[in-house]
Amino acid sequence: MRYAETGVNLEIDLSRGNIERVETDPRDMELYLGGQGTAAKILWDRVPPEVDPFSPDNLLIFSTGLLHATPVPAANRVAVNTFSPQTNLMSHSLMGGFFGPEMKHAGYDKIIIRGKAPDLVYLYIHDDTVEIRDATHLRGKGCTETGDILKKELKDDRVQVAAIGLAGENRVYTASIDHGHSSAARGVGVIMGDKRLKAIAVRGTKDIHVAKPAELFELCMHMHQQIGGSDGCGDWMAVDEDDSFHHDNFAWGNARTRRRGFWSKELEERWRRLKYDHMDRQTSCYNCPKKCRNVISWPGRKRFGYKCYGKDTYHMAAFKELDFTYDILGVAQEYGLDSYSTPQVMAFALELYENGILTDKDLPGLPADSGDRFFYLMEKIVRREGIGDILANGVSLAAQQIGNGAEKYDHNTIKRFEQLPIKLGKLNPPYFLMIATGEKMAITQIEGSFPQDPLPTMEERQAFVDKWEAVPNEKFKQYFLEWEKRNDISNEASCAITDWNEAMHYIDDSIGLCGFVSSFRGQFGGEIAYHINNIPDFLTLATGVDMTKDKLWECFQRIRTLVRANNVRRGMRRKDERPPEDHWAVRDEAFEQKLLDDYYAFKGWNKEGVPTRETLDKLGLSYVSEDFLRRGILADTEKNPATETSVESEKK
Amino acid sequence: MKAGLKKKIVKEIKVDVDKCTGCRSCELACSAFHAAPRYSSMNPSRSRIRVIMDEVRDVYVPIRAGEYTQAECNGRNIYTIAGKEYSECTFCPASCPSRDYFKEPDSGLPLKCDMCESVPPLPEPMCVQACEFDALTYEEREEEYEEEELKRDEMEIAFESLIKKYGLKQVLQTASRLSKR
Repeated sequence: MRYAETGVNLEIDLSRGNIERVETDPRDMELYLGGQGTAAKILWDRVPPEVDPFSPDNLLIFSTGLLHATPVPAANRVAVNTFSPQTNLMSHSLMGGFFGPEMKHAGYDKIIIRGKAPDLVYLYIHDDTVEIRDATHLRGKGCTETGDILKKELKDDRVQVAAIGLAGENRVYTASIDHGHSSAARGVGVIMGDKRLKAIAVRGTKDIHVAKPAELFELCMHMHQQIGGSDGCGDWMAVDEDDSFHHDNFAWGNARTRRRGFWSKELEERWRRLKYDHMDRQTSCYNCPKKCRNVISWPGRKRFGYKCYGKDTYHMAAFKELDFTYDILGVAQEYGLDSYSTPQVMAFALELYENGILTDKDLPGLPADSGDRFFYLMEKIVRREGIGDILANGVSLAAQQIGNGAEKYDHNTIKRFEQLPIKLGKLNPPYFLMIATGEKMAITQIEGSFPQDPLPTMEERQAFVDKWEAVPNEKFKQYFLEWEKRNDISNEASCAITDWNEAMHYIDDSIGLCGFVSSFRGQFGGEIAYHINNIPDFLTLATGVDMTKDKLWECFQRIRTLVRANNVRRGMRRKDERPPEDHWAVRDEAFEQKLLDDYYAFKGWNKEGVPTRETLDKLGLSYVSEDFLRRGILADTEKNPATETSVESEKK
Repeated sequence: MKAGLKKKIVKEIKVDVDKCTGCRSCELACSAFHAAPRYSSMNPSRSRIRVIMDEVRDVYVPIRAGEYTQAECNGRNIYTIAGKEYSECTFCPASCPSRDYFKEPDSGLPLKCDMCESVPPLPEPMCVQACEFDALTYEEREEEYEEEELKRDEMEIAFESLIKKYGLKQVLQTASRLSKR
């Protein structure tokens, strides 16, 4: 009997129309947990670096988290992984809602898509019934519209649907996969579109077994109440309308202009009314006692949902106000556009226009108002029409294609991926490391456990650490107590902090927990529900595998290293790990490079950022080190005479 | 015999659809409580409470499983409440052929809410306990009722139905045959 997981992956070959149920190796759960962890292993095993993201051999993997469909509250985020044409690296994408638990109840830990269908299809799954069905009637339909149509067609409102919109169909690189009001961003919709897969509709009624059901249930009921009653969990922006943090500190337009003092009490009151006058309700994801999504009905538009900073990206990029976001966001979501990357592409295009690099010839009939311009560009991008065909490739690739000095305006990407528009004065060393070396592509997917800023007085710091249960190790309390100025922190602390921040995301994304009750939220206030000290208890009761803090930490290291290995094999090196030059006003190249050296050493990576043979072998990843040696990515410095001889003798 | 007024406890779950966030924690708690052995499985398709949910139309209505019905309705009402359209099914608790709500997924047998009657009794049904948003609240109230004048004997009811089915003669013959054994 398999506990917590189903032990079965669904393999779909869209080229041949083949459907298979494949039993998985139970040892993989102990080594890579599930979710993104086991997906990284499958990508390593089956997608060699020669495979172009648009090749039929590229895989698109929907992974449930190990704790999905167990009683564990807020375990509902599905990981979607593939190789992205924008970065040529591993895409890291997550969505909340109900899709993951439904998949698992249908009997599958993963849905693995390979090949390409000849025309648009959708995948219908109802427990053991799995069919590839024609979806040509859904061509051009919006994401939630597609879900709505399929529920009616299938006469089953319990079906959970993940779909792409026009953007994904037209292989826009910033296309997302949407499920209800949840969205899987960061470069996966393009591959779903390339595979001609419009949607997956899944319905499941099977049981999921856990090792110690009664004990786990009791623990989870307690956790449910704790999360529900805690201010340290969930999206505080759902209830706190003071959003001066983003508006006064983040850069507007093409990550260009900081507008300090933009926020005012008058504005806050006006926006509060705007929100509550148009909000139907706030909603939750599966089995979560928080309600982070705001559901908005805007006149003349389809109902849409958003959470957190998602409400700011469009109006900040367009120098508008909240009413503009409310007007455009629902439309953009129906098209299936990543609302973090896409506004930056549009603001970038408008900056090129203002600076004469793009002209009226490129943008015929461009309206005068910045908001109208965003709508204009959106229509071009989702259809890949005219200049939209280039902009649809994201800022970095578009800049290269446009040329003529456009590269200079691509100032907010790393590894060719759009970053949050934060341009600050002094460097925050752990942030330098996270932005430079992160492979989840957005800072929100890397930061989260250690506070962003020091507290001003020793008393406040002491009070903070006194109730800080989440720390893996007492040394973090010491780092925090000693930290006075943001930019003044030891390299040793910066490395450990970055490592801890990353660890919690890698764990969450493998077991399916939401960052708002775990990896992301601890940085604000420290009182987070799930952390490295209590997650092992949940895993032990659910899986029956005796999980300890140390073992879980090693799982993180293994998964994290394997993700890096996937990307290193596709060419990623130290040269790619440079935050945008203007990310901070004050820079110190020597300090930064020393910090990067120290971090690589801390992680057991060589000067190029490649995990060393020793690191790989210690984590049980000798299949990676062997591959690296074979490909010459690692030099065989510690030559083993025995192996040499055997290779020699084989030749003879 | 003239019976007097008696008192009974009526258990009610109040549903505030405006407070429902669609988290479905009620479904999960219900299915876990009714699993055998208790808490051995958590599977919303076995739940006796379901959230009828439609994100597109902003419909979030938890309903509890009621009676089994053999046939679906012929013609249904569409209700408009506060500007939103609801199908009659949205509020209907029946285990019915028109949809697969409230049926054991394995056997297809109907499920029915039992208000978590158990020994020892729960303070509140599990779905209410799991609802963090007070969309579900529990109330007990006393209600007076008139006791039936004459309580009929169980055997009398049984005989009456046998006579109805087989006729008095055949029932008497059978009884006399059995008495000779």
